[in-house]
Amino acid sequence: MSVKSGNLLSVLKRRLHAACAATALLLAAGSLAEAADLNALIWCDHSDPALLQPFEEANNVKVNVKEFEGTGAGLAIVEQSQPGDWDVMVIDSIDVPRGVEKGLFEPLPEDKLPFGDLFPQVKMDGSTIVGGKRYGITEKFGYNTIGFNKTKVDPADMQSLASLTSDKYKGKIAIYDYYLPVIGMAALAIGKKTAELTEADLPALKEELLKMKANAKLVGEVTASQTALATGEVDILVGGGEWVTAGLAKENPALDFSIPKEGAVLWSQSLAMFKDSKNKDMALKFIQYIMSPEGQARLATSSCYWGMPSNTKAALTGDQKKVLRFDEQPDFLARAQAYPAPNADLDKKMQDMWTEMLQAK
Amino acid sequence: MNSAGNSGRAPPRAGRALPWALVTPALAWTLAFFVLPFVAMGLSSLTAHEGGGLTLANYSQFFTNASYWQAMVNSLQVTAIVTVVSVLLAYPFAWILAEQVPERWQRLALMLAVLPFWTSYVVRSYSWLLVLAQNGVINRALTGSGLIAEPLQLANTRLATVTGFVHFFVMLLTLTIFANLKQLSPSYRKAAADLGAGPVRTFLHVVLPLTLPGIMVGAFLTFVLCIGDYITPQILGGNNELLMPQLVMMQIGRRGDFPLASALSIILMAVVTLAYLACARWLKIERA
Repeated sequence: MSVKSGNLLSVLKRRLHAACAATALLLAAGSLAEAADLNALIWCDHSDPALLQPFEEANNVKVNVKEFEGTGAGLAIVEQSQPGDWDVMVIDSIDVPRGVEKGLFEPLPEDKLPFGDLFPQVKMDGSTIVGGKRYGITEKFGYNTIGFNKTKVDPADMQSLASLTSDKYKGKIAIYDYYLPVIGMAALAIGKKTAELTEADLPALKEELLKMKANAKLVGEVTASQTALATGEVDILVGGGEWVTAGLAKENPALDFSIPKEGAVLWSQSLAMFKDSKNKDMALKFIQYIMSPEGQARLATSSCYWGMPSNTKAALTGDQKKVLRFDEQPDFLARAQAYPAPNADLDKKMQDMWTEMLQAK
Repeated sequence: MNSAGNSGRAPPRAGRALPWALVTPALAWTLAFFVLPFVAMGLSSLTAHEGGGLTLANYSQFFTNASYWQAMVNSLQVTAIVTVVSVLLAYPFAWILAEQVPERWQRLALMLAVLPFWTSYVVRSYSWLLVLAQNGVINRALTGSGLIAEPLQLANTRLATVTGFVHFFVMLLTLTIFANLKQLSPSYRKAAADLGAGPVRTFLHVVLPLTLPGIMVGAFLTFVLCIGDYITPQILGGNNELLMPQLVMMQIGRRGDFPLASALSIILMAVVTLAYLACARWLKIERA
């Protein structure tokens, strides 16, 4: 019995050694493969093969993508990774300073990127330039405003945020479940500027949010709110915009969005390069591709969600421009206000206020 | 096989090592994927989100913020309703399968009963959304037949969340109760009948108490899986009320507040542990 056990143990030992050796080989091979690839932390619109494939083929590189939602979750992935694991990141433009504060990002070479072709209002210098250096470039933008089904509601009503709290549309509204843009819309509704919100404004904002909630059938994340509007569960989406309606325009041309008289909240997403990237040349090439007229058109019409390209020279077709209301952008941008960018303390209080709104009966 | 002279000696070294070698993978797995993450989560829950440093603030937030507390109340209410309704539906179902369906058809019947397990959890939740929606199957049938004039709000409610959960957990409970019913010797019922007990009395005083372990095991699994589930309330509940897993996820998304998320998770785990202790004591699982 003991002899048999001894044999078994030695066999186990030998197999363990072999397994360790094989694992080490696999890990080594894996890290070699990673060094030749481009690793990108992205939002879902960047995972569209129609966007990535032309770049991969032109540069003979594999773009490995990892999707995340929310800056906090994205930065947590970076913190749990080894320096150099990631090359580029998509990030809310207002959150670029958070990455810079953590020492994650590399300044971008302005002379090698088409800053001159961007819509001036979406360069977001206040967020993307830190300490005189530019760390992010806005690649896509749009509005958190009122998305609606124009066959079910009076489009004239959609020109005022007051409609969102009127009895006329009670039970016909969904609210997009992201506190910052919807709090921004509540601020616009009560005549406050989104960039000037303070703790003192919270009670009035809460009152407005509770009025919206009382009218709402649901508060849903991207897919749920989009589905609710597309299937007719609701007729209005608070916080919706071209990112909800444009991609569905072919199947459901009744979906539209408005920029009401009080204004809308401007969202924008940026690309940043990691300071510890092992592949900075390729990372820059990727950013250049995304910012090129072709890359911009593909990103703007990504299968995950559509949005306005930040490059005015994006190679969009006439139909695509029409759906995105490209020619109306100067007017829209003039009336849009920045995404609220609270400090950490106010951010926490806003999120708690949002929690209270969700729990309200 | 051992001689009397050998019996008092310790087993050879290799013999002693074998059980450890065999159990080591399981121990290592538990250590790596449960104990260490749990300790890390515990430490994280005691850390301040801004600036680090030890603090109990993450826990005190839960007890002082009414909306956070409400999330726990909501979770417990939904879980209790789901568990009770699932047991009430699953027991007769399992009983019919075990007692009324001929032996040769039982396997097929059981397979058909658990068929919904074969579809993805997310897909199943979205399917319920289509059934319960304003333009869904139920509302169309009700409005089409003239029973109601306006569609009912079924989707994006607590009712929808409970429905989605019950659909899933009835299958689970059916399996545990069915197994228990099949293990029950017919002699018990015969003995009860000999002693003059009718079918109802036999069921209430013999069958039901003897199948309580199956019910409690299924109910406990239902409780644990339901109270920690994020997908179903997120898809079917319409965020019209927050449950604990949703509150946990909310801390991570934009702000990346892992310490608070960890504290809320530990509190949720404490509730599950209490539920386990309650079930274990009642069922005397510790004697097994």
